[in-house]
Amino acid sequence: MFTSVPDARLALDAWTREIIQWHFSPETGCPFWLDFAAQLGWDPRKEIHSYDDLGKLGFFEDEWLRGGPVQRWIPKGYAGKPVYVFETGGSTGVPKSRITIDDFRIDYEQFSTTLPDSAFPKGADWLHVGPSGPRRLRLAVEHLCQHRAGICFMVDLDPRWVIKLLKRGAMQEVELYKSHVIDQALTVLKAHANVKCLFITPKLLEALCEKVSLKKMGITGIFCGGTEMTPQWCRFAVEELLEGVYFTPTYGNTLMGLAVSRPVCAEDGYSIVYYPPQPRAMIEIVDPDEPTRVVDYGQTGRVRLTTLTKEFFMPRFLERDEAEREKPWGHFLCDGVRNVRPFRQLEKSVVEGVY
Amino acid sequence: MLHLPLLRHGREYHSMDLASAIHFKTRQPIAMVSQANVGLIRRDLTLHHQRAVEALAAFTTRELIDICHRAGHIFLEDPDDYIANTSATTGMPRALVRGNMAKIHSMFTSMERVLAGLTRNLHLEVIDNGFLDGASPVSFFPRGHSLGVVLPSNSPGVHSLWIPAVALKTPLVVKPGSAEPWTPLRIIQSFIRAGAPPEAFCYYPTDHAGANEILRSTGRGMLFGDVGAVKSWANDPKIELHGPGYSKIVIADDCADEWEQFLDIMVQSIAGNGGRSCVNASGVWVTRHADEIAQALAERLAQIVPRDAEDPEAALAPFANPDVARRIDSTLQQGGLDSRLAEYDGCTYLLPTVVHCDSPDHPLANREFLFPFASVLQVHQHQLPEVLGPTLACSVITRNASLCRRFLVSPHIGRLNIGPLPTNSIRWDQPHEGNLFDHLYARRAFEMAV
Repeated sequence: MFTSVPDARLALDAWTREIIQWHFSPETGCPFWLDFAAQLGWDPRKEIHSYDDLGKLGFFEDEWLRGGPVQRWIPKGYAGKPVYVFETGGSTGVPKSRITIDDFRIDYEQFSTTLPDSAFPKGADWLHVGPSGPRRLRLAVEHLCQHRAGICFMVDLDPRWVIKLLKRGAMQEVELYKSHVIDQALTVLKAHANVKCLFITPKLLEALCEKVSLKKMGITGIFCGGTEMTPQWCRFAVEELLEGVYFTPTYGNTLMGLAVSRPVCAEDGYSIVYYPPQPRAMIEIVDPDEPTRVVDYGQTGRVRLTTLTKEFFMPRFLERDEAEREKPWGHFLCDGVRNVRPFRQLEKSVVEGVY
Repeated sequence: MLHLPLLRHGREYHSMDLASAIHFKTRQPIAMVSQANVGLIRRDLTLHHQRAVEALAAFTTRELIDICHRAGHIFLEDPDDYIANTSATTGMPRALVRGNMAKIHSMFTSMERVLAGLTRNLHLEVIDNGFLDGASPVSFFPRGHSLGVVLPSNSPGVHSLWIPAVALKTPLVVKPGSAEPWTPLRIIQSFIRAGAPPEAFCYYPTDHAGANEILRSTGRGMLFGDVGAVKSWANDPKIELHGPGYSKIVIADDCADEWEQFLDIMVQSIAGNGGRSCVNASGVWVTRHADEIAQALAERLAQIVPRDAEDPEAALAPFANPDVARRIDSTLQQGGLDSRLAEYDGCTYLLPTVVHCDSPDHPLANREFLFPFASVLQVHQHQLPEVLGPTLACSVITRNASLCRRFLVSPHIGRLNIGPLPTNSIRWDQPHEGNLFDHLYARRAFEMAV
């Protein structure tokens, strides 16, 4: 455990060197990075001495994660271990996929240390209402629950189907599907009094709170994520939906892991400030036009992710999100990101008609 | 800086999601507008709509007509800031904003006549009690608990279409256009100051998803939008769609040689209100003299030039978002025209444009844009009116009774003017695009035991 930002930075540099050694050594590295190094003409193990030196590798391209063989991502150091493959998005084309062995367990056990026992009691059961299928979320939440000595009930949501419905404007079907999901969640909540903790997406939380008072149903803690949350949404949730039930938003994805938020409160304008699980992952805010440059504190920029685990190495991946850069805070000894939202793009279509 | 809040059943709410209302010339914000998140809209409309219905039900229709009358006068009070702000964010010249104000005032103060027109002189007691007994009993019931209105930014006059909902005892849920938050809020504030129950009004500036939620969560809806926006609601009978108008003037064979007499009407139809209304003509379809008509129209419309927003003679609006003008200009150039862009005093305009098209298949033959634009086409009389396609307002200039009958039975014309009338002439008792009463109320069979 580090006590200062400089110490944490030194540890990050040391961890970066260890990860580089692992991924670029013929004995432990994966075929993708070994092939990559062969094309470089220089040895990353000799040239990369710090986190900042990762810039020498350029930017990680998401196309590298689309399609197979996924085996090229398995580090030789983990040969023979059971491997999961998790996918992101997938609304169009081939989804990005990432292999995992234990990372999701490690990430969520770390996250578990940030949850107050009063809101997420040990031994309480959980209900997961959200995407499962090819995503890591289902296994991760279930592991979190089991790690806290509970049993996790599951209600599935297929976001790819929802996207298809939205694209063809089938709003009634979207509503029917949402009701179908919420009905199942209500059935579990009514039948199992020991369910006190909830993972749920923001939209499903709204829909669930239209039907019941979660407080009266015995829910004491809500872990919310999966899609964008704005400060206004958090304020709305706290003031009008939750009746005092503890609520923690998170930001994460299959590639990076899970970022924890500072407590969301009125005094901070209900802002959502996330901190990455340094040194296993870093979130930086960079100039969209010059993504090698980290913007100043408080400035807006594009989210740049770096994952540094022995299972998966992803340096400087430009995410389709934007946010403000935030200073280290409390025991979070690295930069955070404030109010993450989709990276805004200008519409290019011609308006037909006077409206 | 000025902040426009949400109204949640009349209660002001300052959101943390803010959008800037941008001055079209300086590109600087002149006000911040609270934005409603989808969940908030849905929760309000799910949990509290009954309160809104009951609040309006406590008034008689006669009382609500009187409130409309008072609201109309309040709407006109101290207009300078309102006119300046509306002009600033839409680019519309102040003279045109003032003209639209008068139109809205007229709707407020003509409410009794408007209701008579919409209901075809139905006794107001039917709206109050739900029925009128007697020799021929009649009963109407509300089709929904509220009217959700998703509004445009093109011209304030469009807001007169939904104002009668209050007199028809239907709570309003309004999403203003992003560049024109002013008029809907001023209308609602006028209603409330005139004595209407605040609970009957929700004002939700919001995004696309919020607009959809309004349309889903209200009993009846009214959507103004471009081709893409209205398309996704095309099959929902709960939603009255107000897309492009494609309004037209038609000069038939028997009047074709007199075309010069109708030039003023054509110019007014194309360029009135800056060409920003769905009832502005975007096509002049004739059986002869297309070339000469196009030439003459072009010469007349060329006299309309960019002027200062404060100039009482200003008749052309700059584009609040210059990118929109550029994209339209690109479409015009793809259709074979030279660029119509013009810069004046730091603002971007599209100059009034007339294009002579050789066939209805020409890429610019049946298009509508947010500035004075018209295509002139020569067609055979036997092709009329089918060749016109959907047409919101159509002025057919002819004395040919047989042709008139063909137009009268056409299902594709929203408002039909026979004779030399501008397409943009409006009468409140002649709704040109849907009938609000029919949209909000349905008739049922009814009998009461003696």
